[in-house]
Amino acid sequence: EFHRSVPAAVQVTVRDALNQAMDEELERDERVFLMGEEVAQYDGAYKVSRGLWKKYGDKRVIDTPISEVSLILICCPLQAGLRPICEFMTFNFSMQAIDQVINSAAKTYYMSAGLQPVPIVFRGPNGASAGVAAQHSQCFAAWYAHCPGLKVVSPWNSEDAKGLLKSAIRDDNPVVFLENELMYGVPFEMSEESQSKDFTIPIGKAKIERQGNHVTVVSHSRYVGHCLDAAAVLAKEGIECEVINLRTIRPMDVESIETSVMKTNHLVTVEGGWPQFGVGAEICARIMEGPAFNYLDSPVTRVTGVDIPMPYAKILEDHSVPQIKDIIFSVKKTLNV
Amino acid sequence: SGKMLSNISNVLRACAQKNGAAVVMSARTYADFTTQATFEIKKCDLFKLDEAPATQVVMTRDEGLQYYRTMQTMRRMELKADQLYKQKIIRGFCHLYDGQEACAVGIEAAINLTDHLITAYRAHGYTYTRGGTFNMQIVLLRGGIAKGKGGSMHMYCKNFYGGNGIVGAQVPLGAGVALACKYQENNQLCVCLYGDGAANQGQIFETYNMAALWKLPVIFICENNRYGMGTSVERAAASTDYYKRGEFIPGLRVDGMDVLCVREATRFAADHCRSGKGPILMELQTYRYHGHSMSDPGVSYRTREEIQEVRSKSDPISMLKDRMLSNNMASVEELKEIDVEVRKEIEDAAQFATTDPEPPLEELCNHIFSNNPPVEVRGTNPWSKLKSVS
Repeated sequence: EFHRSVPAAVQVTVRDALNQAMDEELERDERVFLMGEEVAQYDGAYKVSRGLWKKYGDKRVIDTPISEVSLILICCPLQAGLRPICEFMTFNFSMQAIDQVINSAAKTYYMSAGLQPVPIVFRGPNGASAGVAAQHSQCFAAWYAHCPGLKVVSPWNSEDAKGLLKSAIRDDNPVVFLENELMYGVPFEMSEESQSKDFTIPIGKAKIERQGNHVTVVSHSRYVGHCLDAAAVLAKEGIECEVINLRTIRPMDVESIETSVMKTNHLVTVEGGWPQFGVGAEICARIMEGPAFNYLDSPVTRVTGVDIPMPYAKILEDHSVPQIKDIIFSVKKTLNV
Repeated sequence: SGKMLSNISNVLRACAQKNGAAVVMSARTYADFTTQATFEIKKCDLFKLDEAPATQVVMTRDEGLQYYRTMQTMRRMELKADQLYKQKIIRGFCHLYDGQEACAVGIEAAINLTDHLITAYRAHGYTYTRGGTFNMQIVLLRGGIAKGKGGSMHMYCKNFYGGNGIVGAQVPLGAGVALACKYQENNQLCVCLYGDGAANQGQIFETYNMAALWKLPVIFICENNRYGMGTSVERAAASTDYYKRGEFIPGLRVDGMDVLCVREATRFAADHCRSGKGPILMELQTYRYHGHSMSDPGVSYRTREEIQEVRSKSDPISMLKDRMLSNNMASVEELKEIDVEVRKEIEDAAQFATTDPEPPLEELCNHIFSNNPPVEVRGTNPWSKLKSVS
């Protein structure tokens, strides 16, 4: 038997993971290109596309004027043969062009009865940041996930970021890829497998980040980390949480949630977005409609952002989003302990 | 405290726009100073206009001192904001205005406080000229003007509609304010500002169309500081003649570093609007010394030499100072005294801001709706029921 060396894991930030994903896909397929404000010469507003313009040049990495609508307009018909990555500096600005995302991207394959696919990725930071106030802090997961024709992906860690972005770029459909600014600089260990150029994570499959028997805690993006932190605290009190990282919002992996709930009998959802008509609301409805409903020992609890525009002052902002203590509190209330 | 109130009232008086009235800041009026002088200013480039703003203009000593003090206050305020940001007292986004002072001061000198103004996120200068005291400006960045809800990009006061974060979105809003003025027949107008980056937004062209069609009393002003974040105008615009982009709207291109040029052009534009001729477009050629925001060093897309050159050859405050000194309208000591006073006022304001308490948590959910009975707001979990009052 040959001696095998231990697989080498490395620490990679989410930013670098996204950068690697784009770099690898730009290299792999000539039809892929990146377009957006400040993505080329500035290296990206949040430096996610650092080095790409230097490597691939004007044709593959394109700076646009501040014009979200035309950004999409240009990206959509270009799918006739090309595979654009369209960066929004933040998803708040995507509202300028949301008509195009829905009416020109999401619905086209359907309206054309299969003649016109739209292999486009819309990516950028989504949700709350730090002190950027109401117009720059909204979470768009629920808005985009509402629409048939779109896939909506929300990675948490570096492996998620890289694997899911590669899948999104290779997918022949419009994918809304929701990143998180506060996660860009966070390093995570990436397995050797995930460092391969062929590493992808399937869209539509959730991941169980932590096994547990007492309660299922489902989240996406940055709050997965909060859930794991809360789980560590709760474990000291003998409460074992099963933490599920959704990874994809649409199509949602309801089956993974159901399987878990049928084991734990309790469910808490955690998200940064507003409560009404949100991701947690959808999970509640789907659980109620499926086999897991009969296994619930208490109603599902949603932990969400506060139902207000995001305030600027630090103390107000801190209290507008779920904190770890809110998750702990909600788990205990759900378990009635 | 009494001292703070007198600071505030001094500052309010300083930025009150009273043409010709003697609101003298310094108690000493030397009999041998020139009380007014005539200056030759740069001609504007014209588009679809037969007449032009005056090139021979009169500035009184009082006006000069007022413009100087206001611009100097704005300059020091922005530098202080830079410091406070680095100390993490100001958070989030912070877009500084230093270099562009002549625009805000020149515009305000030509309109009334009863007129209206709206701009984008590089708004500290306008918040000040529109009457928000700088105490409160810095305080708002922690708690003050918008009760801590808005921050640097979202400051409001009477007849000043912010402070807007989405590039270009303020332009249709400005036309809307102008529509309200016309509707109410109050002879007021709206000054609607945007940058060279925003000038390529579609909603601006839709707004041009409606403003011209309905002859709205709006002055569109493009503050062209040559860069939209990291993108120079040549890389963003098919045409960099921003004053012509209104196509069927007459336009002026103005030296935005000269407060008198800005004032004269704005006077001309205001007359145009108030006489019922409809909108007019002004392009102010100006420059920002800081990067786009506090997270942009500002030197990856332009050279330090360029910044230095503008500072040494075109600085708006230096230009005004030279004019006043060479025309014997003020003494070096007098201007130095103003500098010292301004510095002190800013220090006091920063001190106040740093020690002012953060807003109370009870404020969290208020101001969702106006004129509405109290509403219950869901907190982060179903057991958290918060209260919102109008």
